[in-house]
Amino acid sequence: MNVHEYQAKSIMRKFGIALLKGKTAKSVDEAVKAAEEMGGKVWVVKAQIHAGGRGKGGGVKLAKSIDEVRKYASEILGMTLVTHQTGPEGKLVNTLLIEEGCEIDHEYYVGIVLDRATGRVTMMASIDGGMDIEKVAKETPEKIIKGAIDPAVGFTPYVGRKLAHGMGMTGDTVKKASKFMKALYDLYMESDCTIAEINPLVTTKSGDVLALDAKLNFDDNALFRHPDIEEMRDISEESEKELEATKYGLNYISLDGSIGCMVNGAGLAMGTMDIIELKGGSPANFLDVGGAATKETVQKAFEIILSDANVKCILVNIFGGIMKCDIIANGVVGAAKDLGIKVPLVVRLEGTNVALGKKILNESGLDIIAAEDLGDAADKAVKAAKEA
Amino acid sequence: MAILINRDTKLITVGFTGKQGTFHSLQSRDYGTNFVGGVTPGKGGTIHEGFPVFNTVTEAVAKSGANAAMIMVPPPFAADSILECIDAKMPLVICITEGIPITDMIRVKKAISGSETRLIGPNCPGVITPGECKIGIMPGHIHMPGRIGVISRSGTLTYEAVFQLTQREIGQSTCVGIGGDPVNGTNFIDMLELFEQDPDTDGVIMIGEIGGSAEADAARWIQKNMSKPVVSFIAGASAPTGKRMGHAGAIIGGSDDTAEAKFRILEECGIAISKSPADLGVVMEKLLKERGLLK
Repeated sequence: MNVHEYQAKSIMRKFGIALLKGKTAKSVDEAVKAAEEMGGKVWVVKAQIHAGGRGKGGGVKLAKSIDEVRKYASEILGMTLVTHQTGPEGKLVNTLLIEEGCEIDHEYYVGIVLDRATGRVTMMASIDGGMDIEKVAKETPEKIIKGAIDPAVGFTPYVGRKLAHGMGMTGDTVKKASKFMKALYDLYMESDCTIAEINPLVTTKSGDVLALDAKLNFDDNALFRHPDIEEMRDISEESEKELEATKYGLNYISLDGSIGCMVNGAGLAMGTMDIIELKGGSPANFLDVGGAATKETVQKAFEIILSDANVKCILVNIFGGIMKCDIIANGVVGAAKDLGIKVPLVVRLEGTNVALGKKILNESGLDIIAAEDLGDAADKAVKAAKEA
Repeated sequence: MAILINRDTKLITVGFTGKQGTFHSLQSRDYGTNFVGGVTPGKGGTIHEGFPVFNTVTEAVAKSGANAAMIMVPPPFAADSILECIDAKMPLVICITEGIPITDMIRVKKAISGSETRLIGPNCPGVITPGECKIGIMPGHIHMPGRIGVISRSGTLTYEAVFQLTQREIGQSTCVGIGGDPVNGTNFIDMLELFEQDPDTDGVIMIGEIGGSAEADAARWIQKNMSKPVVSFIAGASAPTGKRMGHAGAIIGGSDDTAEAKFRILEECGIAISKSPADLGVVMEKLLKERGLLK
């Protein structure tokens, strides 16, 4: 799960991570009031959306007077911000973060990710902050310093020193940066993050080490033990259809092709999309009905697939393990009757209770294109989509 | 012979008395697995479906002589059950549970290293040695005893590969689902090593996914160490960047963990690839014939 910058910072504050003063605003008046209350001479007006590249897209502005705060707040609030991460449709800005300004001495990068090869968390730091870190990793990999952290030992001071000195810091700054990094590691583990990224981490002219921006992602599987983080979910940032699917235990991701897919198991669902592309078609979605689907959830899956106007054909590919073929068959029949499926329907069933599943489909009188195996199913679906 | 499990395996299920635990334990027993009981804290001393229930794994090992455990415990408690098995020196632990928090698995991975336990999974269909022993949730009837090993990060794609082999009357020695999570107990190389050493395995199908570097690492290992033919498929060539495709581990992060990059590395290492998940059986059949291992 993703959160906004201001929410990430509220969590960071609890862990004692150094930040600038800031307040959120949902209207221009609130923005002005926030700036006045904080005082100072410079403020930063920041759009709050779940995407990077906000500055380049015009969603982050430096205001040198209260009038400028008013001007930028009215420009940014309500705008559709397009960045390299939002897609061409962009995202509507509903909330601003107004932060006090600071005099930056240097911009660094600090991030924590999981190193899957070792099953450990790795902290990365770079002297080249404030820019695209993937670009830094590619062009100047020597500028990225890494420190693997033993989960049984936790973050120890030497890791902080290694990274801070590696970034070219000296003196008191090393101590401050090290303290910062330890707090970030504790936050990562205790809050069940999957990504914690501070870009940039800055040193100021007055000698502080602060997080200017913050990106935190959380492990969906661990949200059950973090109700406070779960509460930060902004559903306006998520796809309506994907949310609806989640409610029914379905895993749905919308794509832009014409063949709707209903499959059990994430691997087979990906494999089905792959073979559709190999045969010259294009998948309209990823959909894993999971192992615990019922007739109702299968019907819901059809409803979600059919709500996509691009769908010209549906391919059902089920290899029953825990999932039983007769349950899928009953769902298919129910959906066809209730929803009136008007596009060609290609069905491939195999595995647990396959004979019963095929019998239910045969006796339903529905116009179903039966497929023998995975290759045959893909051929038939691609052909049906092209003819539609 | 096969690998990991056989007729001599004695299985217990942790989370035995739950609905899923009961169902799949009995399915395993019906397949012929030597199932000896289960663990459900608080229900020790009772009999469930004709099998003894124990309070702790240590007690279950002492009284039943179990040498393998299947974990069917809900995700918030599953990591603790794995740790309990490590403490009880259980040689083989197969964790079916999907949805265990990553930080839990980071700690488990640390506890496993240097221990006497091998962990398969989590978030996997389990392990089967056809005709001898089934531990997990896979449909037993699609399998056939034989000489091909299967290793996969995905459950249903494993079934797909097995089905294609069985259709061609090519049996399987052992099929292992290593799971779709980013941190798991066993990787491809661990299993490839066992298959290479197993006199009853002639070749291996390896099914990977987008995300991570496990397949690339395996490809380089195969090139150096493996004499037996390997056929590989990587799921997710059509997946968009940055979207998590169901499995927590199936997300494209950088340029090296795409399906395209993995297929390329596999080919560079001289491994047979099948770009279509429907052709795994065909490609394996061809390779076996070329080597005179199949008529």
